[in-house]
Amino acid sequence: MRDPLVIAGIELESRLFTGTGKFADHSVMRDAIEQSHSQVVTVAIRRVDLDGSGKHIVNDIPKQATLMPNTSGARTAEEAVRIARLGKASGMGNWVKIEVISDQKYLLPDNEETIKATKILVDEGFVVLAYMSPDLMAAKRMEEAGAAAIMPLGSPIGSNRGIRMKEMIRIMIDEIDVPIVVDAGIGKPSEAAEAMEMGSDAVLVNTAIATAKDPVAMAKAFDMAVRAGRMAYISGPGQSSFQAKASSPLTGFLTSTGGVNNEFL
Amino acid sequence: MSFYNVYEKLKDQPFSSLFDEVTARDVEKVLQKDSLTDQDYFTLLSPAAEGYIEEMAQKAHQLTVQHFGYTMQLFQPLYVSDYCVNTCKYCSFSVENVFPRRRLTMEEVEEEAQAISTKGIEQIIILSGESRVHSSVDYLTKIMKVLRKYFSSVGLEVQPMDLEDYEALVASGIDTLTVFQETYDEKIYRDLHTKGPKRFYKYRLDTPERGCQAGMRSVTIGALLGLEDWRKESYLTGLHGSYLQDKYLDAEIGVSFPRIQPNAGSFQPEIHVTDQNMVQAMLALRLFLPRAGIILSTRETPQLRDQLIPLGVTKMSAASSTEVGGYAQLENTQSQFEISDERSVKKIRQLLHEKGYQPVMKDWQIV
Repeated sequence: MRDPLVIAGIELESRLFTGTGKFADHSVMRDAIEQSHSQVVTVAIRRVDLDGSGKHIVNDIPKQATLMPNTSGARTAEEAVRIARLGKASGMGNWVKIEVISDQKYLLPDNEETIKATKILVDEGFVVLAYMSPDLMAAKRMEEAGAAAIMPLGSPIGSNRGIRMKEMIRIMIDEIDVPIVVDAGIGKPSEAAEAMEMGSDAVLVNTAIATAKDPVAMAKAFDMAVRAGRMAYISGPGQSSFQAKASSPLTGFLTSTGGVNNEFL
Repeated sequence: MSFYNVYEKLKDQPFSSLFDEVTARDVEKVLQKDSLTDQDYFTLLSPAAEGYIEEMAQKAHQLTVQHFGYTMQLFQPLYVSDYCVNTCKYCSFSVENVFPRRRLTMEEVEEEAQAISTKGIEQIIILSGESRVHSSVDYLTKIMKVLRKYFSSVGLEVQPMDLEDYEALVASGIDTLTVFQETYDEKIYRDLHTKGPKRFYKYRLDTPERGCQAGMRSVTIGALLGLEDWRKESYLTGLHGSYLQDKYLDAEIGVSFPRIQPNAGSFQPEIHVTDQNMVQAMLALRLFLPRAGIILSTRETPQLRDQLIPLGVTKMSAASSTEVGGYAQLENTQSQFEISDERSVKKIRQLLHEKGYQPVMKDWQIV
């Protein structure tokens, strides 16, 4: 059964997005992305030569992937907007991941500035995916501003600490209508699977793949984990409980089909 | 509030005996922690921590890869003027050293820019001797108009300036500021800087803060190792970095560990800072400030630079010239100090690839 993720009318078979910022070299990056089967690959515009010479990273991204330039390095909405425009003007397409980070100590995103940048760029025809600190009202405002997807962090970027923001993200999954892509903090394939089992629509992984001993094998592991997590979510995982529950219950006859004398109902 | 207030509280501490009191057990405890206090940082700079350099290196490497990946930014310095009004005993540009001085014209700046950019470098730092007349805001702004055509990021390492000067330079596109305190010891500072505006310790100490206030994206600080006890200097440098990082969230704070090099004067450093000392200082800083940039210059030898790459360094210069007009070979002039690593940009890129690092030639776009 097909289960594509649809963002701005584009159908994506893979729910694993990959980042490109930390690889040891471009050939490892290319091989890892290929093995990840990612169809969305994010690239920092600040690291791309914008003079059209075709040098640098963009040429090494496999053709299967949609390029999602990001505004990494922007510290204000204004900078993010200018960077996004520079990327578009140099032919990088109209998808953009808005990153506005003024905190250089923990690299936590500035939601207020991200909302501002989202409004401006959506009006200019960009497909905006907004990276944010998990917060329901901020996410709602980004959605209202026209964001095509919301990208809450699982834990601080590069921390590999997993989905520490689980409860906040769970609420956002329930309340936000556009896709939720868990971005940042995922350090292991099991954590990517966890995000997908929770109902995230996709995850973005960079550090955990790029800094693995074998990035190509790790990319493959993430691909499998994301597919497994999604399959588990669709299959409807059972309720969790602190109490043990017997798989052959003794009182099953009291429910639905079994043994209830309902002649008095 | 200024970092001077922090310095005042610490300046009379008996640093040497306090460092000697640290035990191996103290170091072991710190190495178990995820997040370090000022006291923990002090512990890692102690003689007792010398027995744990390898453990510190493993942790520093892991933290650096986690935060920065397997990448190394490359940059080059561009010396535009060697006029200076100060008398720093250890520097070739000191006004007391007699040699023909020069300042680049805009045409010469363009020639230098072309020579640098053909090597693929897109990040540079403008350097000059310290002279408000020869390296005025007006002159630097004109230079920026030329450099914007060639480079994606341009930094500044000239004389300390007022806030409004920095604001004007940020508006012209300059995005990083480097200012070395030379020594954090106020008395030694006064002894080494006998004449000129550089004598004003506090004005220089507050310069990185003015850079942050003016909106510089990145501010790099450091002490010139060899002028005073390196443990104390490194400790105060780290605290200064931490102070700036906490107070100015939107500035990326970098730290450099320059060791004094031969120069045109007769100054001989009294304190010998060994390779191991410098490595310990660098590792301790990485563990204390995991997100700080660490910058490595060509002052160090190729052999040492090769080994330092995985220990926390995030940015290094390559094929640097410390002479005015040194890239386009405009005319032989006085270098500020002798460089030790003369390998080409191509060779440094190749070395980084061999070590499993991606050389990053561009990491910001002037917007």
